[in-house]
Amino acid sequence: MIFRTMSVQRQNIPDKISDAINRVDAFDKCTGKTKYINDFKFDGMLYAKTLRSTRPRAKIKSIHIPELPDGYYIVDKNDVPGRNRVKILIYDQPFFAEDVVNYIGEPILLVVGPHREKILHILSQIEVNYEDLEPVLTMDDALSADSPRIFGRDNCFVDYKYYKGNPEKAFANAQKIIQRTYRTGYQEHIYIEPQGVIGLFEDGKIKVYGSIQCPYYVKRALAEGLDFDEDKIRVIQVATGGAFGGKEEYPSIIAGQVAFASIKTKRPVKLILDRKEDIIATTKRHPSITHYRTALDENNNIIAMDVDIKFNAGAYAGLSDVVLQRGMFSAAGVYNVPNIIVRGRAVCTNNVPAGAFRGFGAPQVFFAVESHFDEIAEEIGENPLDFRMRHIIKKGERTSTGGILRQEVKLPQMVERVNELSHIRNKWKRYSEQKGSIRRGIGISMFYHGCGFTGKGEEIIQGKATLRKYPDGKVEILVSNVEMGQGALTALRKIVARTLQIPIQDVIYENPDTDRVPDSGPTVASRTVMIVGGLLKKCAEEMKSRWNQQDKMEISRVYKHPDYIQWDQEAMCGDAYPTYSWGINVVEIKVDTITYEITPEKVWAIFDVGIPIDEKMLRGQFDGGIVQGLGYAYMEIMQSSNGKLIQDSITDYIIPTANDVPEIVSETIDNPYEYGPFGAKCAGELPFVGAAPALASAVRNALHTEISQIPITPEMLMKICEKNK
Amino acid sequence: MKSQNDKITFILNGEKVSYAGNPMDRLVDVLRENFEFTGVKEGCGEGECGACSVLLDGKNVPSCIIPVATVQNKEIYTVEGLREVKMFQILVNSFADAGAVQCGFCTPGMMISAYALLQSNNNPTDDEIREAISGNFCRCTGMNMIIEAIKLAVNRLGETE
Repeated sequence: MIFRTMSVQRQNIPDKISDAINRVDAFDKCTGKTKYINDFKFDGMLYAKTLRSTRPRAKIKSIHIPELPDGYYIVDKNDVPGRNRVKILIYDQPFFAEDVVNYIGEPILLVVGPHREKILHILSQIEVNYEDLEPVLTMDDALSADSPRIFGRDNCFVDYKYYKGNPEKAFANAQKIIQRTYRTGYQEHIYIEPQGVIGLFEDGKIKVYGSIQCPYYVKRALAEGLDFDEDKIRVIQVATGGAFGGKEEYPSIIAGQVAFASIKTKRPVKLILDRKEDIIATTKRHPSITHYRTALDENNNIIAMDVDIKFNAGAYAGLSDVVLQRGMFSAAGVYNVPNIIVRGRAVCTNNVPAGAFRGFGAPQVFFAVESHFDEIAEEIGENPLDFRMRHIIKKGERTSTGGILRQEVKLPQMVERVNELSHIRNKWKRYSEQKGSIRRGIGISMFYHGCGFTGKGEEIIQGKATLRKYPDGKVEILVSNVEMGQGALTALRKIVARTLQIPIQDVIYENPDTDRVPDSGPTVASRTVMIVGGLLKKCAEEMKSRWNQQDKMEISRVYKHPDYIQWDQEAMCGDAYPTYSWGINVVEIKVDTITYEITPEKVWAIFDVGIPIDEKMLRGQFDGGIVQGLGYAYMEIMQSSNGKLIQDSITDYIIPTANDVPEIVSETIDNPYEYGPFGAKCAGELPFVGAAPALASAVRNALHTEISQIPITPEMLMKICEKNK
Repeated sequence: MKSQNDKITFILNGEKVSYAGNPMDRLVDVLRENFEFTGVKEGCGEGECGACSVLLDGKNVPSCIIPVATVQNKEIYTVEGLREVKMFQILVNSFADAGAVQCGFCTPGMMISAYALLQSNNNPTDDEIREAISGNFCRCTGMNMIIEAIKLAVNRLGETE
């Protein structure tokens, strides 16, 4: 069974690729026709609910299960036919806990049956007898010598270091050394659709439907957990109600669970997390502590940096290794720092595992580096904009990992444009001299996002895209990349339709099904348009050249990095990314110095994403990313206390609503990338990265104070300001 | 055996229906499971996110915190029941044209709240629009394009009058 996604509205593609068209999925989504995972029912389908650990670290001594009514089942570690480990980067988290649990929310077993109320009743009667072990709850604890070892010898999943130039010598010659520490908190994705999957076991073959970003990640995890041949596993993505990275690695766990359950019960099994479970148990943005030590010469130019980055990875490794790397490669920001040494650690603690989230490690470090630039400028008495401008990296110069920037860096033009729009130079000076209880502030951030996978990632994946022509003149896109709200269904169709000069309704693109589509890689790293769209454009060009000769044809392309890319993973040296997208944000705020409430008033944003594939869809990414980033900066508070999340519901965890969002003015600047389709680069994550540092910068401007932590809560501001008085 | 009197009867998308299950069942489950109106989405189960919004006698309410018993003799509309209504169609076109739809999971609830607003106010201010949809979370769009979509619908409704 293939779920036809929608009837696509007739639209011709404009000559200029950036000119907007309407999304192909808008009508079905508005009218409730789009089916999400929880909307599917299968004959005889059972429901599942998870029993989770209530302890941050404990041995499971015994589990008391009540007598089960007919038709109800327990599915646990004993029902895993293959290896009880979810393969993400390493084999770490079990599908179901074995003899120990390592975080609150860790899955222990499923109760499966026909009626949900009865399932809840059974769950409430299960008693787990734990023997508590001493947990490691914070990064400081994990790194102290006398705490328990919960991973390896040092409680670090990874401990990396890279450098450029000769930092030691530069520090020895420094006229001034400035040090600061920056902290960021958890962030929860709050995709509005909670995670969910359905497993079916039919004729010796497992089928899993799900709200997922990466069908082939799920497939590979299932192959290990089931010990099945790959041709006995089929993974089908269904309409996905938001993901933001949250449905990158986590769905592999629950996909395995429903697969085991459907084998045991011989029935389709549906598992939908409720919101509270989704918050407690699924991945978050890594909390971070970043220390900067920066050396200045006699002209107050930065000559060296020593950066120490720590990410709280939680109890299992997940994707923390690569999230951390992206953070580490952001350590110098958009600046040319001639000598730099960067250490990064992903620290194991008995908390919910952190993972992929829009920006993927970069937002934490960009908050730190941009804050540090503000605070250095303040200390040397310079305008933060001018101080940044003196250090902006240029084409031909080397990034922190020693890669050469081959494309023009248009930040100087972007700064001029953002100043024209926002008058930041004048306002910054004016607001610095304010008195009174209601203050205004304006702040800036400059940032990039490395396009596609870090390092050799794209070379390892070797994404393959296929384009198929049918005799009726229709063309089908066959890729494993998914629509999760970002617009893939429309953008990839647009690239193909524009290249073939056919109307968009003649391009078919169904939600991926691993039995039908090649592995074009996961829907992550802002890679779908640039990498997979680039492959499809090549397929379409080839197809066009033979269009009239062949009724039926199928053309595939496999990704290969441009020849110039050099990367040494051991030394972390070379081109960390094939190219970069760039951004500048200016945020203007109002702060009430009696209540310490912050109100964002207006945001101006300029982005270089190469050539926009669709201006309207991009604005959706810009607005959405910025608002999510503003939430990260001052609203979205999530803390762990004794391994338990204090804000564990959507009532307690606050995200921006229509009453909280400011006006946002965004523009793009063209800067075509030779190897992207129509010159496009990455765009999905970039707009998230700059909002928090720009807001923090505005708070500094309004209140003349250091801000070393996000989210910036009224309580925190009050403490800082009272201390400064 | 339950008598006719044990049933909850109400008007659902223009048709008289009855429900014989537990009167404390959540309206969202009854609408989705028993009547298969899956345009009603569940996002949080605690009345915060607005994805499950439906019209209850013309007002937008979160159906996840409403026991079905309370809708006895009342009128419920989900997006499925509004597809042929002109004002709703104008809203749909405006959402599509303004780029107000991304993942789409909040969208049906958002449409319900926008529809409820326009039914009671044919010329809302920006602040009234913001307030009307402030109980509908959207994590994708950043909200401004949704606000613009509703303004576009207001203009189009004005033109058609």
